[in-house]
Amino acid sequence: MTRGRIRARLRRSHFHPFSCMRPRTEDGKGPHPIEGPGYSRVVHCNQPRMHRRKPLKYCSNYISTTKYNIVTFLPKALFEQFRRVANIYFLLAAILSLTPVAPFSAVSMIFPLAFVVGISMAKEALEDWRRFIQDMKVNTRKASVHVADGFGYKTWEKIQVGDVVRVEKDQFFPADLLLLSSSYEDGICYVETMNLDGETNLKPKRALEVTLPLDEDEAFKNFTGTIKCEDPNPSLYTFIGNLEYNHQVYPLDPSQILLRDSKLRNTTFVYGVVIFTGFDSKVMQNSTKSPSKRSRIERKMDKIIYILFSLLLVISLISSIGFAVKIKFQMPDWWYMQPSKPENLYDPNSPVKSGLAHLITALILYGYLIPISLYVSIEVVKVCQAKFIDEDLKMYDEETGNTAEARTSNLNEELGQVDTILSDKTGTLTCNQMDFLKCSIAGTAYGVRSSEVELAAAKQMAMDLEEQDVEISNGSSLKNHARNSWENSSGAPEIELETVITSADEKDQKTAIKGFSFEDNRLMDGNWLKEPNTEVILLFFRILAVCQSAVPELNEDTGIFTYEAESPDEGAFLVAAREFGFEFCKRTQSSVIIREKFARPGQLVEREFKILSLLEFTSKRKRMSVIVRDEDGQILLLCKGADSIIFDRLSKKGRMYEETTAKHLNEYGEAGLRTLALAYKKLDESEYNTWNNEFMKAKTSVVADRDGMLERVADMMERELILVGATAVEDKLQKGVPQCIDKLAQAGLKIWVLTGDKMETAINIGYACSLLRQGMKQICITVTNSDATSQDSKQAVKDNILHQITNASHMIKLEKDPLAAFALIIDGKTLTFALEDDMKHQFLALAVECASVICCRVSPKQKALVTRLVKEGTGRTTLAIGDGANDVGMIQEADIGVGISGVEGMQAVMASDFSISQFQFLERLLVVHGHWCYKRIAQMICYFFYKNIAFGLTLFYFEAFAAFSGQSVYDDWYMLLFNVVLTSLPVISLGVFEQDVSSEVCLQFPALYQQGPKNLFFDWYRILGWMGNGLYSSLVIFFLNLVILFDQPFRAEGQTADMSAVGTTIFSCIVCAVNCQIALTMSHFTWIQHVFVWGSIASWFLFLLLYGMVSPIYSGNAYQILVEALGPAPIYWCSIILVTVACNLPYMTHISFQRCIHPMDHHIIQEIKYYRKDVEDQTMWRRERSKARQETKIGFSVRVDAKIRQLKGKLHKKHSTLVTQSYASSPS
Amino acid sequence: MSNNTASSSAGANGSADSAAPRRNSKRPKYSRFTQQELPACKPILTPRWVISAFMLVSIIFVPIGIASLFASRDVVEIVDRSETACIPAQNRSDKVGYIQSSADKTCNRTLRVTKRMKQPIYVYYQLDNFYQNHQRCVKSRSDEQLRSRSGENETSSCEPEDVINGTAIVPCGLIAWSLFNDTYSFSHNNQQLQVNKKGISWKSDRDHKFGKDVFPKNFQNGSLKGGAILNTSIPLSDQEDLIVWMRTAALPTFRKLYGKIEQDLLPNDEILVTLENNYNTYSFNGKKKLVLSTTSWLGGKNDFLGIAYLIVGGLCFFLAMCFTVVYLVKPRRLGDPSYLSWNRTPGGR
Repeated sequence: MTRGRIRARLRRSHFHPFSCMRPRTEDGKGPHPIEGPGYSRVVHCNQPRMHRRKPLKYCSNYISTTKYNIVTFLPKALFEQFRRVANIYFLLAAILSLTPVAPFSAVSMIFPLAFVVGISMAKEALEDWRRFIQDMKVNTRKASVHVADGFGYKTWEKIQVGDVVRVEKDQFFPADLLLLSSSYEDGICYVETMNLDGETNLKPKRALEVTLPLDEDEAFKNFTGTIKCEDPNPSLYTFIGNLEYNHQVYPLDPSQILLRDSKLRNTTFVYGVVIFTGFDSKVMQNSTKSPSKRSRIERKMDKIIYILFSLLLVISLISSIGFAVKIKFQMPDWWYMQPSKPENLYDPNSPVKSGLAHLITALILYGYLIPISLYVSIEVVKVCQAKFIDEDLKMYDEETGNTAEARTSNLNEELGQVDTILSDKTGTLTCNQMDFLKCSIAGTAYGVRSSEVELAAAKQMAMDLEEQDVEISNGSSLKNHARNSWENSSGAPEIELETVITSADEKDQKTAIKGFSFEDNRLMDGNWLKEPNTEVILLFFRILAVCQSAVPELNEDTGIFTYEAESPDEGAFLVAAREFGFEFCKRTQSSVIIREKFARPGQLVEREFKILSLLEFTSKRKRMSVIVRDEDGQILLLCKGADSIIFDRLSKKGRMYEETTAKHLNEYGEAGLRTLALAYKKLDESEYNTWNNEFMKAKTSVVADRDGMLERVADMMERELILVGATAVEDKLQKGVPQCIDKLAQAGLKIWVLTGDKMETAINIGYACSLLRQGMKQICITVTNSDATSQDSKQAVKDNILHQITNASHMIKLEKDPLAAFALIIDGKTLTFALEDDMKHQFLALAVECASVICCRVSPKQKALVTRLVKEGTGRTTLAIGDGANDVGMIQEADIGVGISGVEGMQAVMASDFSISQFQFLERLLVVHGHWCYKRIAQMICYFFYKNIAFGLTLFYFEAFAAFSGQSVYDDWYMLLFNVVLTSLPVISLGVFEQDVSSEVCLQFPALYQQGPKNLFFDWYRILGWMGNGLYSSLVIFFLNLVILFDQPFRAEGQTADMSAVGTTIFSCIVCAVNCQIALTMSHFTWIQHVFVWGSIASWFLFLLLYGMVSPIYSGNAYQILVEALGPAPIYWCSIILVTVACNLPYMTHISFQRCIHPMDHHIIQEIKYYRKDVEDQTMWRRERSKARQETKIGFSVRVDAKIRQLKGKLHKKHSTLVTQSYASSPS
Repeated sequence: MSNNTASSSAGANGSADSAAPRRNSKRPKYSRFTQQELPACKPILTPRWVISAFMLVSIIFVPIGIASLFASRDVVEIVDRSETACIPAQNRSDKVGYIQSSADKTCNRTLRVTKRMKQPIYVYYQLDNFYQNHQRCVKSRSDEQLRSRSGENETSSCEPEDVINGTAIVPCGLIAWSLFNDTYSFSHNNQQLQVNKKGISWKSDRDHKFGKDVFPKNFQNGSLKGGAILNTSIPLSDQEDLIVWMRTAALPTFRKLYGKIEQDLLPNDEILVTLENNYNTYSFNGKKKLVLSTTSWLGGKNDFLGIAYLIVGGLCFFLAMCFTVVYLVKPRRLGDPSYLSWNRTPGGR
């Protein structure tokens, strides 16, 4: 190697006996039989030219996630628009308005439609444009590609199948590649597949031996080869193919495949051949088309529109039949219409034809029943609401500078109706950063800092105690007594609480070391030397420092080592060891060098540990061991692993600290920490040798079950251990996650965690987030037998799972204790069976019964499937939240997708409907914005239907008096303005600004959120009520006015009311009545609402005044109508007042009565706020706040409650024993 | 009502504000508007408000109702139905034939004044079952043509009464063509009662809609005769009967002003009406009525407004009483937390 290339001299494969072990003989497996359908792909390596023509021309690496392109935009977007029933109706109406049957001018029909459709399409275009920009960012990323002689940069989109690509450290792979070689001699490279499956630990990939020499740019000059492999498919974990190279065929398997969107880590560079590009790549195959989502309310609105359509049809039919009848039987008598000279439409001889023509006229005329402006108004309102979400400072993240963003505004109100939240774990709940927090060594617990869960719980507990103080002080003396003893018994915890809180304050002052938040003077700065059991402590630190498989990297600026570890907790251990004075500074082929600080005072000692064997961590083994020879020649086995595993393997004398350690582990677990137990054993030279022989034999054997054999051999060694202690690492939750989960649970939301992580990790996080707690019954559903290849065993596995599910359901049914909570934990493999059609309903039924559900090791597709199951199975609204590309499926599948716009890629955000920068903002997004938006939109839609029914039906009534001739009593202008100007702004202000309660109250009373999922404001009862109100109003408005203005003069000057006077009076009444109605509906008046509502009424009169002033050519009979005819007539004003009051009387009575007799929660809270009772009676306010939680079985509050119950139980026992004692002693 | 500004939220926000603005390019600017914290008035319907609102309405409505009832009662109205009476008994079997014949259709009616009628007394004719509001009628006119001579040929909307022999009919259209042509003259104690036909139409119509330079032309010259014939020497702006007629009525039953009698009539006065019964309402079974009426400040005789006011006012009073009773019998302390759903349902903690 003379090229001066930096090359890690480490043979990494040495440490990986299981996953990366290469069998000695190459002929372990033959090439795959590649033939037949499904395996047609041929790739000519380094000959991209071969792929320019068919049949080998594959799709380019250009990706596009947009819905439209320039050509398809118009037809497709128009199609989307006219999928709305109402739009089709309006389109037809617009077309028909060009014919003579139209009652109005064509412009007044076409313009609003064009406006509505135009706005919606512009919105679509804008959203698609954003997607396009994002795609372009990806497509124009640069990658180093082999061209004629050497490597040059190309954009990603230009990369072709067959290209040889060089990818550097921390870069993404531009396409699915076949790994040829890496910077490591043995062709290993490490890959982070965060974006694919959410797993954060690095995965090793291994090149074929034959391609290893291809490890420099020059080597590719004459490189050719042919890959025959499977066709593009979405399976991330399988790959079947053969490489033909130098006239030999080598089999390929998934471990040689580097997938697009995963990242190269810990490896300087790799070379690879492009196999799948663009949409053929596995990650793109996994992606589903982004669906256009519609909210529940909007779907229901469609139903209402259908109802209105039916109504429209009915009254149109009545009209046209009436018209035909009149034409046939009466028209011949109406000499004043010259029936002898009929136009087409008024031909008494063909009433059917006239009737049909009139049907169209009527359908257009009564079109006011279908509010065209509803769509526009809703769009406007939603955009404003989205703007408010974007601008909300309380959802702004100072750290990243990201605001919350409503990416599609369609779903704002859906936020208020969420029932189930499906959450990703890594990056969403956790930051994927581990902090060493506590440890237990030799039965002594160290570490005074508290985990976030503890902190949060402590605060809650302090608050609850305070409340109890208040309650108890009002109570009887017995209670006082109880309280005293309570204080006595719980004195210690209270002190603990205090330290917890004070240490939280200090936290900010100290400079944080990443991965290390341990704090205990007994161990720091060499103080551990003064502790008892120094030997054990020393051993503990050494295990931390030595039992690992990381690589140190010296940061030359600071002189501090950082570690490239496979998993973040390993990194945390090494950082901890470093801080304790056991700095891992160098790894050679066969040894680990530790710099010890306190071995001799004031001197650094470098100690070398020869690594003899490394038994690596797998999820099955749940432990990792190294066998080392220390400087004294002593052979040691150092082991760390899951506590249950380690405890099983302790020797008799190794159990000295077992009890105390177990207790500490329990506490740590309760505090939501990830725990590992550390143990060791001393080995004799001969003992090691005999074992090693066997181990080597197993390592090099060619048996099919080699891994199993290795495991068995390793297992033989890892016995008779001596327990040293345990560690507790905090998988750092994102800020505010436990509180947020707590609040969301209190708001009645169910939370499911879907993670690609291992089961243990998931369970740990479950504890950390309080989704799981001690005392909860965990139902784990797993398949024991993992390989289910044959049909028979598959059926057996399925039966097994079904059995487990039914058992668990049974158990839940039999459970009597109302406080018992169940947690369901299921892994991906099981899920594949559980999600099959014949079992999914049982699975869902079980899952719904459980307080929390955790699915681990699920693939992106499964996440989407689970989401679909919940969505369709329960029929409730689901919200999926995630941050990585692996969450895209579920984000798209759920009713609402929320992306975390954190540090990772943008895929999740791009696919999402809302993006927030931290999980904790979800609370505000749902509980405040969701609640508001839901109510606003619901009220707005109801009102819209009300007002259009109230208006539209008057047109119909008039028809009955005008021989169904299609004449409208109103001026065309009035009708045009009704929806556009006179009633639009108030309803928009209702939709944008209405707040039933303030945002703080929303947060303080999570129970208010349930009004959304229970759909209290948009149920049929309410909708029909509003429609009934509209019907009533229309009757009142029309007939009162009709009778008042019937045939009598309406003025002192003797004039009778003509059609324009009657029409204008009725219309004035409508405008006043519906605007007063909305004022009654609102509960929150800022100056904007005042201006809009009263301004709308004022603008009507202003319009009337101005319209009366323009030349009569335009105003017709409305010329000077207000000034001359109506204004001076008292009867006009009298009837406006009368009708307005009469219209609003039932609604007013209804809401007054409801508030008086059956107040809803927000009514009471409004009253409390109104009378400032919350300030005067703070105890009540606090008490109600704590009561305003949904009954929940998860969240730390419940955990605290459980704890308090437990303590009280103890206390009670103590107390009763005390009492009996006193009774026993009193007689003497 | 209180102006409740969300002040506490500003405090909660403080910590975020004070944090060092590291990358504040995207940081939304604080404004009460964008944070939805605008000062707002949040009225709530407390029983006191409800009761006083209902009381207020009834207090306002009842007097208005009474006042309008009184006004309506003050109006004296004489209605005389004449369509059958004015056909000689021998022609009653074929009314249409009679009305279309060229016979003399003069008819005398006697009206008795029941109460003192103060001038001005308005004379109306009332037609029934006459669909002037039919779309075919309403559309069949040309405002341009009526307004000025220059628009004379704008007759496209007037079909079938638009042109005759290629020249425009002025005024064109079916409404004008069907102009009412009964005439009335009144006498009292053998003295002619002057009927003032000036000023019965809207001034704005005379001044702006019916041109002073527009004279009737080709009117009723067609084979089919409609209603009245217009004096071709009088401009349209002075043809007030036409102007009144052209204001289409909203309902098939309507009254239109015929003229004013500017003289008081005393009770038991007998008024002789000489009626030219020309207009054909017989083919569509329409009634014809002659109405003499005084007016009040509210207009004609119409008890309905007053009654409606009284009903609504009474209803409000009743509701106010109901709420008072409810409030007294089953008072709910406002803001009483025990009414919160979690305190009412036994499931709540």
